Amino acid sequence: MTQNTNNSGPLGIDSAQLSQLSQAVSGFSKEQLVWASGYLAGLSVNATGASTSATVTPISDAQGKQATLTILYGSQTGNAKHEASAFNQQLSDKGLNTKLVSMADYKPRKIKDETHLVVFVSTHGEGDAPDDAVELHEFLHSKKAPKLDKMQFAVVGLGDTSYEFFCQTGKDFEARFSALGATELAPRLDCDVDYADEIAAWSQKMTEKLVESLKPVDAVQTIASVPINTVQASQYDKQNPFAANLLTSLKITGRDSVKDIRHIEISLEDSDLQYKVGDSLGVYFLNDPQIVKRMIKATGTDASATVQVKDESMSLEKALTEKLELTLSYPGFVKAYQGVSNSKELAALLDDKAALRGFLEERQIIDIVEQFPNSISSQQLVDALRPLNPRLYSIASSQTEVEDEVHLTVAHVDYEAFGSRHQGGASGFLSTRLEEGDNINVFVENNDNFRVPSNPDTPVIMVGPGTGIAPFRAFMQERDATEAEGKNWLFFGNPSFTQDFLYQVEWQAYLKSGLLSKISLAFSRDQAHKIYVQDRILEHGKDVFEWLEQGAHFYVCGDAMHMAKDVEKALLNVIQTHGKKDETQAKQYLVDMRKAKRYQKDVY
Amino acid sequence: MSDLSKNDAATKTTQGPLVVQGKLSDNERLKAASQHLRGTITEDLSDDVTGGFTADNFQLIRFHGMYQQDDRDIRGERSKQKLEPLHNVMLRARLPGGVITPKQWLVIDKFASDKTMYGSIRLTTRQTFQFHGVLKPNVKPMHQMLNSTGIDSIATAGDVNRNVLCTSNPVESQLHKEAWDWATKISEHLLPKTNAYAEIWLDGEKVESTQEDEPILGDNYLPRKFKTTVVIPPDNDVDLHANDLNFVAIAENGKLVGFNVLVGGGLAMTHGDHATFPRKADDFGFIALEDTLNVAAAVVSTQRDWGNRVNRKNAKTKYTLERVGVETFKAEVEKRAKVTFAPSKPYEFTTRGDKFGWIEGIDGKHHLTLFIENGRILDFPDKPLKTGCAEIAKIHTGDFRLTANQNLIVAGVPSDQKSIIEDIAIKHGLLAQNTSKQRKDSMACVSLPTCPLAMAEAERYLPEAVDEIENLLTKHGLDNESIIYRITGCPNGCGRAMLAEIGLVGKGPNKYNLHLGGNREGTRIPRMYKENILDTEIMSILDDLIARWAKDRLQGESFGDFVIRADIIKPVVNSAIDFYEVV
Repeated sequence: MTQNTNNSGPLGIDSAQLSQLSQAVSGFSKEQLVWASGYLAGLSVNATGASTSATVTPISDAQGKQATLTILYGSQTGNAKHEASAFNQQLSDKGLNTKLVSMADYKPRKIKDETHLVVFVSTHGEGDAPDDAVELHEFLHSKKAPKLDKMQFAVVGLGDTSYEFFCQTGKDFEARFSALGATELAPRLDCDVDYADEIAAWSQKMTEKLVESLKPVDAVQTIASVPINTVQASQYDKQNPFAANLLTSLKITGRDSVKDIRHIEISLEDSDLQYKVGDSLGVYFLNDPQIVKRMIKATGTDASATVQVKDESMSLEKALTEKLELTLSYPGFVKAYQGVSNSKELAALLDDKAALRGFLEERQIIDIVEQFPNSISSQQLVDALRPLNPRLYSIASSQTEVEDEVHLTVAHVDYEAFGSRHQGGASGFLSTRLEEGDNINVFVENNDNFRVPSNPDTPVIMVGPGTGIAPFRAFMQERDATEAEGKNWLFFGNPSFTQDFLYQVEWQAYLKSGLLSKISLAFSRDQAHKIYVQDRILEHGKDVFEWLEQGAHFYVCGDAMHMAKDVEKALLNVIQTHGKKDETQAKQYLVDMRKAKRYQKDVY
Repeated sequence: MSDLSKNDAATKTTQGPLVVQGKLSDNERLKAASQHLRGTITEDLSDDVTGGFTADNFQLIRFHGMYQQDDRDIRGERSKQKLEPLHNVMLRARLPGGVITPKQWLVIDKFASDKTMYGSIRLTTRQTFQFHGVLKPNVKPMHQMLNSTGIDSIATAGDVNRNVLCTSNPVESQLHKEAWDWATKISEHLLPKTNAYAEIWLDGEKVESTQEDEPILGDNYLPRKFKTTVVIPPDNDVDLHANDLNFVAIAENGKLVGFNVLVGGGLAMTHGDHATFPRKADDFGFIALEDTLNVAAAVVSTQRDWGNRVNRKNAKTKYTLERVGVETFKAEVEKRAKVTFAPSKPYEFTTRGDKFGWIEGIDGKHHLTLFIENGRILDFPDKPLKTGCAEIAKIHTGDFRLTANQNLIVAGVPSDQKSIIEDIAIKHGLLAQNTSKQRKDSMACVSLPTCPLAMAEAERYLPEAVDEIENLLTKHGLDNESIIYRITGCPNGCGRAMLAEIGLVGKGPNKYNLHLGGNREGTRIPRMYKENILDTEIMSILDDLIARWAKDRLQGESFGDFVIRADIIKPVVNSAIDFYEVV
């Protein structure tokens, strides 16, 4: 370095630089300062410029022999990542030496070097590992899995008890770690949808335990694995959502459609919320007042009774409207409700898992309560319910196009059952109870696992039937605004061409302008035999494989249970057939694509 | 009333050029570029991103008997939904003289139910049927379905000779048979010769357009649409004055011997353009049967060569006659057909309406004419008309005749089947006893929501409008009377309001031009009485006029004749000169 030595501080940083730095972080809270330290450290790893790379000593070198806790997360919707980051923060605040890594970025063979490992992993679909975790998950189950007898570990599984294979991936990791000789730091924690309290308690206990087993080092040496191009964090997040203005809620399926799909436009004006295409929007909602009334009636409770929700006191009516989940049913509720109502039928149901599943699939919570009405106390009702969770919707717009708006494509769940109208919690709120001009609480949920290629010339294949179209509308807006030269190919499907061709005129315009190179449509009910997007992929297999060979990214958005699996099957078939590969090679091809972030899914 | 109309226009002294010079209309370009009507229709069929046809193909499919339409009621709604208009196709079949067999009926009945948005069979004022609301994927199968039963839709729209009409006269069965045979022959003779229809819709063998010849229509086809009829007096059910070319059947002892030829009728006009006007046909004279096809081809080819290809609003035969003079045109036809027109044989028109109910033909067969309101054959909640027609078709051994008044004749029923067919008709609401005379004398075009040209409601307004006229007749003690009453949604004339006693021409939502003074026989054009007025105002005017008619009419005097005699409106004598005369 050839700086002026008079004013230079440590590592040759001069006073001007120091002043710039202190100015940049002035007004930061303690937490923000800690975050910034990790951020700067992250910069050092990524830095290529001579002026910085030469001056900053890599953190890892400075850590000597002090034990490091690695926190791995495998996330599909961002929850596992969110909790892992929070946990990492908590430990960093205590000065512990930690490393937060996405399983997608983690080299599986490195696991043999870990001494302290905490895993946060979600489960999706039929007990499947999230995309990020697939490679590590497979590695641990393979013959190549190493002995892990030096390792202490803990697993936090995230799931949803309304699915049969609740927290299966977490269970898998725990079982394999144990089988490979590792010892448990703490028993596995399985988190249902309403996990906030449990995980807070667990984190607290865990932190105390880890403070003992890991010698503290300087907090500044923590690496937060924050991607360098992440949008600046907003003051608004899940805990502190922004009260945004609903601009438009418009049904965009035709009048004879069997579906009610809404195009929603929300203003982010006067917030500092920024999002990237591929992100989701978290949406808070209020429960239907009619459902609240019916809940109260069926349980013989009192709307004005004061109840305790966590640490807050409020009326039962307010709790039911704003704080508690009343639509999505789950086994935990049946159990809790049975416990206070002593219903014999419900007790019997709880003993028959298969029957319970079928029972829950058909019913919202209100249906259960009305089918088995019982006088219970207001507090008992509150305790039986889990906290109302915001819903996440893939964002259907790019800020390059819509600036301070955010657009969503929402399927309005709306049907008749058990003699009454049933709506989705958030979708009913957005479609029928919220007026244009009303406020709605939102936050941005990052999804770095679903991004347009950084190279504008990279071809893109998008598979987004139904509301799965949403992020691809955003992709096209982005690729249009940035004048990305890469080819774009959309696979879309829905029941009928005339009624359900979402954003039809926009795709027509993109085809005309040349931005969209190809569109392949599958309208399942327009002919005697049903045709789906996966059929179109197979039909165009030769071209699809050609695109993949040209480096195309392959994106899938929409239904996880059936569509995403069928599409993956079709894709494997295409790779096998047109790539002249056997099954194993085709699978490897897909694994390589996934590793290169060329196969990305946003499925739900 | 006799209809030996004199050649009014022939008295004009100045004669225009035989060929209009100037920049050709865009339709001429697209016809020339179409490779004999092929265009890129086939490519459009495989484009699944839009339900419509693009660019020139939008026009070219008309030559194949189809119009692209959309549900205009929901156009705005769909635009908000980011959906294109609900594009669909209306198909008009080619059915010379409106004859269709029960076997064919059952085939089209099934298609209408299974593959059209509206599920109806529509009988048109041009004696054919239309399917409304066929989505693009069903278009090719539709043509193949028609072909399988011996029907096509070639040239039922576009700048060609369209479906040839023939008076529905089941009584004189032999005469009708002969006349109908000529209608069919004329239709076939004047068809486009291109293989395009077979190639595009029936997977026919590809032929280079350069290897094809269009000897009658020419490579650029006609300047404008062209309509032909065969009329059997005394019925003028086909409204010959609405047509370019008419063959009036002349019979001796119940046997056809030749035709009087009338040329240059047409009802279309354009609002605000006084160079356009409805016009009656001119009588060229009598020809023998063997000259029929030659004369037909000569009239068509003369219009082909002399018709205005610069201004489509002045392109029809009626304007060519006005420009070159009737005698010049006639002489050219004689030259081309190598015939000389003999003086017209006398004939008389007494009626335009259909004879409802049973009638017995001279061959002893029975014929049942069913009143079909607006020609809509559909299963209505209380009247399953479509099922009824299909049930009849299942057992009927004769044929069906579609009339130019949009009604349906079950023709050629042997005595022993009469009661069976009647039972079915009654059971399905096809023989409603209470349908008034007024309702049977009323007509409307299709208009909204499907017709892209419509300016005001017609078909959907008609039932209510007829109720109101009926009420007025009752109010003024005229229950047994009726008025030829027609509503057309725009000035193009499909509803033939320009040959009605009371004619409404759509101008805007709920607004019409009110025309009065046509006659019952359809030989006098009604004049505009009030421009652009609300339907409610029309009814109050009619209330007043019908009151006067009731009070002051002569014995048996029709409303149309009364308003002229009472000097309420001046008659149109020579429309080219006096249609727009301010009186």
